[in-house]
Amino acid sequence: MTTTAAPAATAGEAVATGQDALRAAFDAAVAEDTRIEPRDWMPDAYRATLVRQMAQHAHSEIIGMQPEANWITRAPSLRRKAILMAKVQDEAGHGLYLYSATETLGVGRDELLDKLHAGRQRYSSIFNYPTLTWADVGAIGWLVDGAAITNQVPLCRCSYGPYARAMVRICKEESFHQRQGYELLLALSRGTAAQHAMAQDAVNRWWWPSLMMFGPPDDESAHSAQSMAWKIKRHSNDELRQRFVDICVPQAEVLGLTLPDPDLRWNESRGAHDYGEIDWSEFQEVLRGNGPCNEERINRRRAAHDNGAWVREAATAYAAKHGEAQA
Amino acid sequence: MTAQPQSTPAPPPSGTTSGTAPGSVSVAAPRPVRAAAPAALALGDDALVLAQRLGEWAGNAPVLEEDVALTNIALDLLGQARTLLSLVGDEDELAFGREEHEFRNVQLVERPNGDFAETIARQLFFSVHQELLFTALAAGDSALAPLAAKAVKEVAYHRDHAERWTLRLGDGTEESHRRMQDAVDGLWRYTGELFEPLDGLDVDLAGLRAPWLERVTAVLGRATLEVPQGADRTPWAAGAGRQGVHTEAFGRMLAEMQHLHRAHPGASW
Repeated sequence: MTTTAAPAATAGEAVATGQDALRAAFDAAVAEDTRIEPRDWMPDAYRATLVRQMAQHAHSEIIGMQPEANWITRAPSLRRKAILMAKVQDEAGHGLYLYSATETLGVGRDELLDKLHAGRQRYSSIFNYPTLTWADVGAIGWLVDGAAITNQVPLCRCSYGPYARAMVRICKEESFHQRQGYELLLALSRGTAAQHAMAQDAVNRWWWPSLMMFGPPDDESAHSAQSMAWKIKRHSNDELRQRFVDICVPQAEVLGLTLPDPDLRWNESRGAHDYGEIDWSEFQEVLRGNGPCNEERINRRRAAHDNGAWVREAATAYAAKHGEAQA
Repeated sequence: MTAQPQSTPAPPPSGTTSGTAPGSVSVAAPRPVRAAAPAALALGDDALVLAQRLGEWAGNAPVLEEDVALTNIALDLLGQARTLLSLVGDEDELAFGREEHEFRNVQLVERPNGDFAETIARQLFFSVHQELLFTALAAGDSALAPLAAKAVKEVAYHRDHAERWTLRLGDGTEESHRRMQDAVDGLWRYTGELFEPLDGLDVDLAGLRAPWLERVTAVLGRATLEVPQGADRTPWAAGAGRQGVHTEAFGRMLAEMQHLHRAHPGASW
């Protein structure tokens, strides 16, 4: 990861006051829960960590359009089609917020997209799973968006201001989509036998990948300790995963659907649900690029970018001729 | 007339599932709606079919801003389609229960997306038409006036978007100019149909032809593009889309759109 030098103004200051004073001011700001802003001094590693996490977050919104867009043309009612279109449109918008927020750290959107296309920056492993039936759209709304919200609500208090503010906007829209996904599944679950079976099958396929969205277990999470010290993260992976499981169990009951885990049960002494072992080898395979759709997703993204090159060139040429603000 | 049950749609879609969909309320429609029904069906089909085409772009646009814009336009059109089709009958029965020959959309909107230039040319031709039509409709007092008054604001945005891209592509690079001119030329013969008379519409569509041509000519001129000299409608199918005659690509598009709904008869979603 390339890191960008601090903005010129603060770099000048650095010479005057010394690196130690700047670091002390940064540490104090984090300790006091004051937001770090783009022009503030920050450690290179803090900047690099944020670029990595925010870019991955932006990329996930963009790649995440694909599994759902897969069903736009086939949605079974006009109301559902409209809801799904609005959702996919919001995801593109979330990608745009997050790229803008990442740009405040001194990297350009084009550079980030190039890294995505070259496979040098990641996106959420969940989007490497296929949407095989209409019910998958509901399962993504309920489970995938639900897991994302559980992860993202604490990010609204993240120490980096632009990221925290982007998350406030995104979480509002996400929770709306999550309710719509739940309602879609509810309609299927209470519909015909075939619809109910479709809903159950989707939940069976999306449950475990959704739990993997919280990342590796705490004792194997490379970035966690530092991110928590910097207040980028507020809770550990396992804490958030547990919170998500505890939220989902009663929701599944209301849906009239089961969760595909024979070890899932309430543990009175912990006041939480015990759940079965996650297949971390599958998780690692997907991260390594060997999930069911990794290749398709990235190829599709590259194709959209490459096929659109002449359009972007036209916009640039037109802007140069006519002094228009560039598209 | 008043004794006729509401659930009989005005134009005859013979393949339309008979009866009222579960949940839809049978209320006697006011007379103006029934009079306007053939037009509502045709204009609703235009919007539905174009929304479906634009929905295919989601995730595939040249820049993220266009993913947002094209989906946004699709969503506006889908909203128009739902309002218009609901004036005629049950929106889902009409969208998912009819066969190709029962659709009344113009052929222009069913043309495949092609490259970005083809999508923009299609959108320019259609949006300029829609803006003129809805402006005229909104000024009248037919059952479609309220819909037109709301939609005209959306359509002005669609037209503006298509216009700006026509300029950028036409007057951009050599390649974009060539592609944009090809797109305009290729779609030109589907534009004449926009001005065929439509039952139940209190707007003289033929009268919109001159202002449409004037506006399109102005945009193409600014974009350094030529106005095609060929015929603006296909000579081989009188009425074409408005009479249920469609192009080959349309059947496949409908098959994709309808398959899930049709696979679960009677299910609600």
